[in-house]
Amino acid sequence: MQKQAIFQSKLLPYALVAPQLAIVLIFFYWPALQAVIQSFLLQDAFGLSTTFVWFDNYVELFRDPAYFEAIVRTFVFSFAIAVSSLSFALLLAVMADKPLRGSMLYRTLLIWPYAVAPPVVGVLWIFMLHPSLGIIARYLRAIGVDWNPLLDGDQAATLIILAAAWKQISYNFLFFLAGLQAIPKSVLEAAAIDGARPMRRFWTVTFPLLSPTIFFLLVVNIVYAFFDTFGIIDTMTRGGPGTSTVTLVYKVYSDGLLGGNLGSSAAQSVILMIMVIVLTGIQFRFVERKVTY
Amino acid sequence: MALRQFGAATAFALTVGMTASPALAVTEIQWWHAMTGANNDVIVKLANDFNAAQSDYKVVPTYKGNYADTMNAGIAAFRAGNAPHIMQVFEVGTATMMAATGAVKPVYKLMADAGEKFDPKIYLPAITGYYSTSKGEMLSFPFNSSSTVMWVNLDELKKANVEIPKTWPETFAAAKKLHDNGHPTCGFSGSWVTWVNLEQLSAWHNVPLASKANGLDGFDTKLEFNGPLQVKHLEKLVELQKDKTYDYAGRTNTGEGRFTSGECPIYLTSSAFFGNVKAQAKFNFTAVPMPYYPDVKGAPQNSIIGGASLWVMGGKPAEEYKGVAKFLTFLSDTDRQVYIHKASGYLPITKAAYEKAKAEGFYKDQPYLETPLLELTNKEPTENSRGLRLGNMVQLRDVWSEEIEQALAGKKTAKQALDAAVERGNTMLRQFEKTAVK
Amino acid sequence: MVEEEGFRRYVAHFILWIGIAVVAFPVYIAFIASTQDNALIANGQMSLLPGGHFFETYYQTIFVGTSGSTREPVGNMMLNSLVMALLIAVGKIAISIISAYAIVYFRFPFRMPIFWIIFITLMLPVEVRIYPTYKIVADLHMLDSYAGLALPLIASATATLLFRQFFMTVPDELLEASRIDGAGPLRFFWDTLLPLSRTNMAALFVILFILGWNQYLWPLLITTRDDMQTIQVGIRKMITTTDALTEWPIVMATAVLAMLPPVFVVVVMQKLFVRGLVETEK
Repeated sequence: MQKQAIFQSKLLPYALVAPQLAIVLIFFYWPALQAVIQSFLLQDAFGLSTTFVWFDNYVELFRDPAYFEAIVRTFVFSFAIAVSSLSFALLLAVMADKPLRGSMLYRTLLIWPYAVAPPVVGVLWIFMLHPSLGIIARYLRAIGVDWNPLLDGDQAATLIILAAAWKQISYNFLFFLAGLQAIPKSVLEAAAIDGARPMRRFWTVTFPLLSPTIFFLLVVNIVYAFFDTFGIIDTMTRGGPGTSTVTLVYKVYSDGLLGGNLGSSAAQSVILMIMVIVLTGIQFRFVERKVTY
Repeated sequence: MALRQFGAATAFALTVGMTASPALAVTEIQWWHAMTGANNDVIVKLANDFNAAQSDYKVVPTYKGNYADTMNAGIAAFRAGNAPHIMQVFEVGTATMMAATGAVKPVYKLMADAGEKFDPKIYLPAITGYYSTSKGEMLSFPFNSSSTVMWVNLDELKKANVEIPKTWPETFAAAKKLHDNGHPTCGFSGSWVTWVNLEQLSAWHNVPLASKANGLDGFDTKLEFNGPLQVKHLEKLVELQKDKTYDYAGRTNTGEGRFTSGECPIYLTSSAFFGNVKAQAKFNFTAVPMPYYPDVKGAPQNSIIGGASLWVMGGKPAEEYKGVAKFLTFLSDTDRQVYIHKASGYLPITKAAYEKAKAEGFYKDQPYLETPLLELTNKEPTENSRGLRLGNMVQLRDVWSEEIEQALAGKKTAKQALDAAVERGNTMLRQFEKTAVK
Repeated sequence: MVEEEGFRRYVAHFILWIGIAVVAFPVYIAFIASTQDNALIANGQMSLLPGGHFFETYYQTIFVGTSGSTREPVGNMMLNSLVMALLIAVGKIAISIISAYAIVYFRFPFRMPIFWIIFITLMLPVEVRIYPTYKIVADLHMLDSYAGLALPLIASATATLLFRQFFMTVPDELLEASRIDGAGPLRFFWDTLLPLSRTNMAALFVILFILGWNQYLWPLLITTRDDMQTIQVGIRKMITTTDALTEWPIVMATAVLAMLPPVFVVVVMQKLFVRGLVETEK
């Protein structure tokens, strides 16, 4: 991948990359380096006493069952969010892909939640399901469900997953729609002539052809669930009840709060960065493949 | 930046109204706080009065968000080398502030260095004890103190024909009766689950929450709140949670609306809840002392305080500290304390101010305003009831709340939950001990 | 076209309407709540039809603010969010397009290392390095400033990659032609490349604007002053009030107001938005 036609200049290119390079170095690499350094230190809140403790913070972390719980929980959340959101979005996309009247209108009405911020999503859902004033909570109690996400961890987790999945519907819907529209109609017509029923056509032809899109979305959704759910969790449950909604990012935030345990928080940041780099790697391997539809 | 500051300064000048023209060499004293609404007005008025009363110093109050935000901002500012002179820190931040030798200037030293007259005996020991060393040296200046009281919806109690309960067994019985008579979702409840059911409960019954006088005598303190009293109490709550005779209302005070809306007729929370109750409750109410278990010897002991105190940050020139010391003396003035007490509902911190408010008949028609003071001064504080000083208290409370929630949700027994809370908390305390500046 | 029987078509319509209902219901509830009386809401007696407090609530929200926790009219918060979103979108596009230009159209020592240095930042959101970044911004005295709000969020490579890919597809003949006209690298960039990139920039702008407007954790940490709050932070402060009653109508009105600009952008610039989304994520 090289351009043949290029300019010759000694200084200009450096001047052109300088702004981005400066910002990336100051606000990305420097903090990342700081995180690595900090993760080897034990410091009080005010940074007055600093002890170098080698890998103590990491050792503490891996000794702490709560950390493993948070890892497992984060992946479970991510998966639940991805699967529920993807399946619903796929259903909608398959329907919207049909030659229907008003399909443009449908599309418009389905894509806008993408623009709603996570904390707002959190507020909307907590309001509907707040145990003492929520509209849906009232109906749930009326039919005999003991709905109390303040105490019931599973209910709180469900709440987070629902809200996060809701926000992702439109994003997934759009990509599925693009994926569906890229499938050559001739393939489907050939299957129809062979006498395959629509349902069967979907599972034997459409679905396999969509699999690159599905895989791509799975990765993106998992990354989303890793990071963007923070706002939802913070406005809805603050990690409670118990620790049933504490995810990895939330833990980084709450452990470092008020200078409480910056060393551990930094160690968790470093581990997270490594995880994300691995996820990115997977995605890039896959993007290479995605080009060869 | 400069422009922003200029803008802020102008805005500030506009809100405050220009005070008497300051002398040429006026020294600014930055005061960061977390007070909103009516209490913010009190702060602004105090600063204005002080600035008008003398011409050498100018106190500049700045609102920094809620308590946690304010402390976060203060810590960050200190790390960045521009801490304010005075910072309002909630009581759970006390140990963190105290451990930061060099980041703060203890009040008793500040007063001595500045040559201000300062007699620690004029303050209410139940309040200053929380913010003093075991030798009685005052580290921070109590500003807005409150305590836990039991708020009662008198109309509902009358309807259900229930007497105001004094002991825990009576409270449980009353709640049961209320639950069966029109309050199926909540017989009684409370905010600040750990403050009410661990911290205050232990002090009120003169049992330790942690060793070393609850941490006041050293950072090598160990948690001890998994004793029979606390376990018994939590077991009872778990049992009553099942049919909603007790209904958990969250870790902080987000559930307080359940009292003012009439849903929960009995509600344990801070005495500082008064302003909201007065504004929003459409029924007769009062606040009575926390219940106690009559079978515990010596109960009730005395309660401990909540709220916040003013910490003086370190590393400022002596000249500026003079101004801070003058300001603290100004705040200790009897009439001023009475004003703060009446305007904000927070407690007076000097004996003289308390006496004066009493003499003026202030508590005659509002007896519930005296309730927290009666609790605090009920008996001479002991090792177990002077106050708490535990590092990373904010996170500790989160961990304790987590475990209590597990018990209330039926995932653990009360004993298991408190054992786990103690164990996890001790790990955090050891971590804090390692970082504390010796 | 594959045939569709009538019945199937009805099913498709029906499912889509269910989807739209699922998507819209929470927002509908928010709007309803913002027009009702707080006492009704607090006691769990909210109705499913709009109440009569629309003008009153929105006036108070935009120009006055809550009585308790945020003490700042939402209008001002929206302004802060807008400035932040614009700074992030414009800043990111500006620095990315010139660095992509340098990397594609020039050969210079350390070209590839520089590309990789920028490229690695692609996927790491600010959340994972939140406290160290906070410290650096504090050291630079940028707390409570627009610069502090925007700069750390500009530090990422998504846009650079997109422009790089796009420049690769620009035919070399264009460059030759402008060379013959005697144009230097800057003239070529300004007169030829920028006009060609217009659609890409617009598409990217839509995505980045939404991204910026919806930032939450970062502004939550670095703004301590009332007048620097963004709307997302304001909402969170409103629901964690120390007031006995959260002012739900105002909270919900704020939520509705917080949704309006990005949703408006998505709906009005749908084509650009879809394009921006699909392009940047590739």
